[in-house]
Amino acid sequence: MMRAVTLAALSALVVLMIGASLLVGYAPLRPGPALAALFGQGDPLTVIVMQDIRLPRACLAAVVGAALGMSGAAMQGLLRNPLAEPGLIGVSGSAALGAVIALQTGLAGAFALALPLTALVFAAGAVALLLLLAGSRGGSLTLILAGIAVSALAGALTSLVLNLSPNPYAAAEVVFWLLGSVADRSMEHVSLAAPLILAGLAVLALTARGLDALTLGEDAAEALGVSMARLRLQVLVGTAAAVGAATAVAGAIGFVGLVVPHLLRPLMRARPGALLAASALGGAAMVLAADLAVRLILPDRDLKLGVVMALIGAPLFLHLIFRTRKELA
Amino acid sequence: MRFGAALAIAGAVLGVPAWGAPARVVSLNVCTDQLAHLLAAPGQLISVSALAHDPRSSAYADALADIPANGGGAEEVVLLEPDLILAGTFTTRATVEMLEGLGHEVALFPPVTSLSQVTEHMARMGALLGREDAARNLIAAFEAGLDRTPPLPDGPRTLLYYPMGSTAGRGTLADALMEAAGLTNIAAEMGLSYGTLQLEQAVLAAPDLILTPAPYARPTRATDLPGHPALRAVAPLRRIEAGAAWSCETPALLQAIADLRALAEDAR
Repeated sequence: MMRAVTLAALSALVVLMIGASLLVGYAPLRPGPALAALFGQGDPLTVIVMQDIRLPRACLAAVVGAALGMSGAAMQGLLRNPLAEPGLIGVSGSAALGAVIALQTGLAGAFALALPLTALVFAAGAVALLLLLAGSRGGSLTLILAGIAVSALAGALTSLVLNLSPNPYAAAEVVFWLLGSVADRSMEHVSLAAPLILAGLAVLALTARGLDALTLGEDAAEALGVSMARLRLQVLVGTAAAVGAATAVAGAIGFVGLVVPHLLRPLMRARPGALLAASALGGAAMVLAADLAVRLILPDRDLKLGVVMALIGAPLFLHLIFRTRKELA
Repeated sequence: MRFGAALAIAGAVLGVPAWGAPARVVSLNVCTDQLAHLLAAPGQLISVSALAHDPRSSAYADALADIPANGGGAEEVVLLEPDLILAGTFTTRATVEMLEGLGHEVALFPPVTSLSQVTEHMARMGALLGREDAARNLIAAFEAGLDRTPPLPDGPRTLLYYPMGSTAGRGTLADALMEAAGLTNIAAEMGLSYGTLQLEQAVLAAPDLILTPAPYARPTRATDLPGHPALRAVAPLRRIEAGAAWSCETPALLQAIADLRALAEDAR
């Protein structure tokens, strides 16, 4: 009951946030004409602003948030560790590296899906490395240390590739790939990322039963008929597809996958399976809210989404580490 | 006396610098590279910046290809034993101070922001190089060129849209060129100088024409922005193919003005 109410409330919140995201922008448009313009009515310039600028931005923020939130919940469920998060442990950073390499080598122009697929391959590499290092018990220390190493390496290589680019704007681009943004993206970007993200979310949704069973321990889960190898593969593929595609168009946005499952876990009575859907909705609402903050706080300074997310996420991360340390002591 | 006059005449014919003029000139800035090249006697300009050879930033890249490039580091410049160093006011401060500290003469040129400044710089460069006559000829040709192309009457309201949404309004050379070509600059109309314009604001300004620089070989998100579908839906989008002609105080500016007029007429 509680879970159903929470899911309904989160859905309503996402709808509300999409509405707010469409109505708040750099140009002051009145809500009435703005909504009419969304359906192609009224002043042609307002129609362009609504349909070609604000709509793709809201859509992208929602799907990217859903991808990050659900991936975070799935990884935390699989590793049984609240610190596993695509941004923190270098999955987003590796995906960004893949995207930058695809763009700078010209591979992205080869065929439509080349950009998100390259990001996906790099994200998969990072997830696989982490599963290997953290092992089945998911020790916090190993996970965090491996995450630091993978993030740092991916960030450094991203900067290197951009520094070597002949394009003088490439250096300024480092900030985008390390912090992320959904500003001024078009429907082309949405159509590039959304199918892969949705496919990734669908794969992750399949893991709900397995993750619930896993709370009893691996042996108990196997006894309940859950194949651990298959579960790991599903989380790996789903996370790589969702985070890879999201990062390919919006850069590496951190902390969403950490904050959202953490906030929603008590409401979901600590059932990782149910937490998946809730985290997808919560992630969408959170990224939409952060993107609204970007536009409301410093409208003319091109504040990056990742900055706002880190301001929310980093203190919480410290709090989690503090609590984990106490539990270990 | 007569010998001196004969030498001066011979010098003018052969294009050697006048007495007391610097014999070894090193330039560290892409604009001083080009201006010095146009005015210097053969062999007087011995080194230019690396950008001088890049056709994206230098309108005289082909002509400058024979002059070796320097990397702009103080150490490298000192070893060239220059008599005069030309730099921009945005050249690395530390390098300029180091060179001055070592007793070198460094002439700094600020970026030009108006057409009258263009001729001032030409005259100043002529005096520095001891090539006043060449400078007078260059200025006369430039002014005659400006008179030949009067501004278009009733030109389009134009948005200059650079990567990352930046634009150039009042008090910029780009604005002066647009004015000379008869185009109305939307950024100047909005009271902006150098600044950024959000995509939404750019669309709602309802431009008749949008001008963007030609894209670089390796795409980035920043250089993608002027290609956003929302801009393409508002007004014809034209690329400025010869962007190098736009930035420095050389007669290539006349080409930039002619290109602007052609783009404006083409977009009607």
